[in-house]
Amino acid sequence: MIKRLPITLAALSVLVVSVFPVYWMVVTAFKPTRDIQADTPQFLPLHPTLEHFQTAVNAEGFVLFWRNSLLVSLGAVLLSLVVALLAAFAVARMRWRGRKAFILMVFIAQMAPWEALLIPMFIIARDTGMLDKLSMLTLIYFMSTLPFTIVTLRGFLAAIPEELEEAAQMDGAGRAAAFRKVVLPLLAPGLMSTSLFGFITAWNEFAFANALIIKNQDDRTLPVWLSSFSNVFGTDWGATMAAATLFMLPVLLIFLILQRRVTSGIIAGAVKG
Amino acid sequence: MVTQAPERPVAAAAPPPPRRRRGLPALWPYLLVIPTVAGTAYLLFYPLIRSVIISFQHFRTGELIRGGAAFVGLENYHEALGSAEFWAVVRRTLAWTGINVVLIMVISTLIALMVARLGKRLRLAVLLGLVLTWATPVLAATTIFQWLFQSKLGVVNWLLTSVGLTRFDGYTWFADGTATFAIMVLLVVWQSVPFAALTLYAGLTTIPQELFEAARIDGATAWQVFRDVTFPMLRPLFGLITSLEIIWVFKCFAQIWAISQGGPDGATTTLPVYAYQVAQSLHKYDLGSAISTLTVLILLVVLVPHLRRMYKHEGADR
Repeated sequence: MIKRLPITLAALSVLVVSVFPVYWMVVTAFKPTRDIQADTPQFLPLHPTLEHFQTAVNAEGFVLFWRNSLLVSLGAVLLSLVVALLAAFAVARMRWRGRKAFILMVFIAQMAPWEALLIPMFIIARDTGMLDKLSMLTLIYFMSTLPFTIVTLRGFLAAIPEELEEAAQMDGAGRAAAFRKVVLPLLAPGLMSTSLFGFITAWNEFAFANALIIKNQDDRTLPVWLSSFSNVFGTDWGATMAAATLFMLPVLLIFLILQRRVTSGIIAGAVKG
Repeated sequence: MVTQAPERPVAAAAPPPPRRRRGLPALWPYLLVIPTVAGTAYLLFYPLIRSVIISFQHFRTGELIRGGAAFVGLENYHEALGSAEFWAVVRRTLAWTGINVVLIMVISTLIALMVARLGKRLRLAVLLGLVLTWATPVLAATTIFQWLFQSKLGVVNWLLTSVGLTRFDGYTWFADGTATFAIMVLLVVWQSVPFAALTLYAGLTTIPQELFEAARIDGATAWQVFRDVTFPMLRPLFGLITSLEIIWVFKCFAQIWAISQGGPDGATTTLPVYAYQVAQSLHKYDLGSAISTLTVLILLVVLVPHLRRMYKHEGADR
């Protein structure tokens, strides 16, 4: 027991450091303002209240920005899923000249320095009348999730034995029908987790949303709105933390859904190195 | 782009042994990749090229509105490379990257080694804690950290004061350059460690236990086991994670912009932040683009070995 003590303490401190910030956000959101401003911090919400959540939800534009974030993220994910599925199929199931070059292009795109594109994107959006438009953000998020989606879907596709499709085709089904009836159902979990990851990326994106939505404040997304919390809530930290909690909620739910897959994905990635 | 999770390259699975299909029209694969190629061309390569072109032009507010930018050769690059401010930012960016990546790698390695030795329940708790941190959106994290380090009501100041460091009573972290820089490092390390630690831990579990046992029977110390068994086995993984972390930390923008916009007094202005400031605040789109291009070039020096490794991996499968 004594010998195990140092490592147990180390584990507990890692646990505290990783969990405390998020815990503190949630606890603050549920505490009445009087408790938040107490001289000695109260580490438990002894008088839980929903008033901060009411303040956050009723804040100017909150519902609108939630809707914007949702629209942009869903749009980007659906677009990227369809486009990536086509490309992944071509890469995983077909042999063609230029395949390797295409894969290299996808890898390069995956590591593209997106932050360096803020200035030209702003100028291009301005030139084409796409500034202050949610559709521009949707396109950018589509592109930034596309390479990852292709690579992952291709991995899932490659894991499905080609013989299954061939058997279906032998039975007289066309190539498209074989794909739809045999491959797609097997691919469903892969499509699901890939799109949820894409959704998180789009949901969290800040730099482009901040740079491209300037005049039309109604088209802002949640992260940008949250970054200006002091303009909205002043020093109302309870409401700020409630807003942050509501922003994080969908991501947390997705992570819970994906928990098993996330872990096995890590392991798969690690083995391959 | 923002969440680190989705962008982690998933290991490229091997393509199937290519085989010729009966009666497959040769045009199909090209039709299938057209949308991807078109999207990448318009939304990635075109802006990249446009950025490089602008960096060779005189492109300020006037040109933005009226168009008709004139080429000025290397003038913007001369201006960037000739300014002391630029080099200060480069030095700061390298320091920023170095400090963060070293901390991330050391801490994640220690955590991964620790998790491997834990009992089942505690291990699960730590892993879940790491996943929770990993799941925290960047903008939620920046907001939380501003609250933790708030001067009057922040829990960090309370903690420091109550252990006797009374000078932190009401201390305003975000007014001081070094303090803000330190908080940024803390934030980025906190957010980046989970991915690295979880991946390294997953790698650790693939090393055959016999190797550790053999080393221990030979009387190796813990450090020797790490140096002679663990590290060599995980070398490719360490290489991959280190290069990924370098890229992510180097081009980190949202955290800095949301908390300090590069301030106070430029203490947290790294290259991506600097390029954006020059373009959007000073309306020098040309100079900003030149700085962006230089940023990418510096990053590319780091990127090339990584890219080659991934591509070689791909080639080996064929």
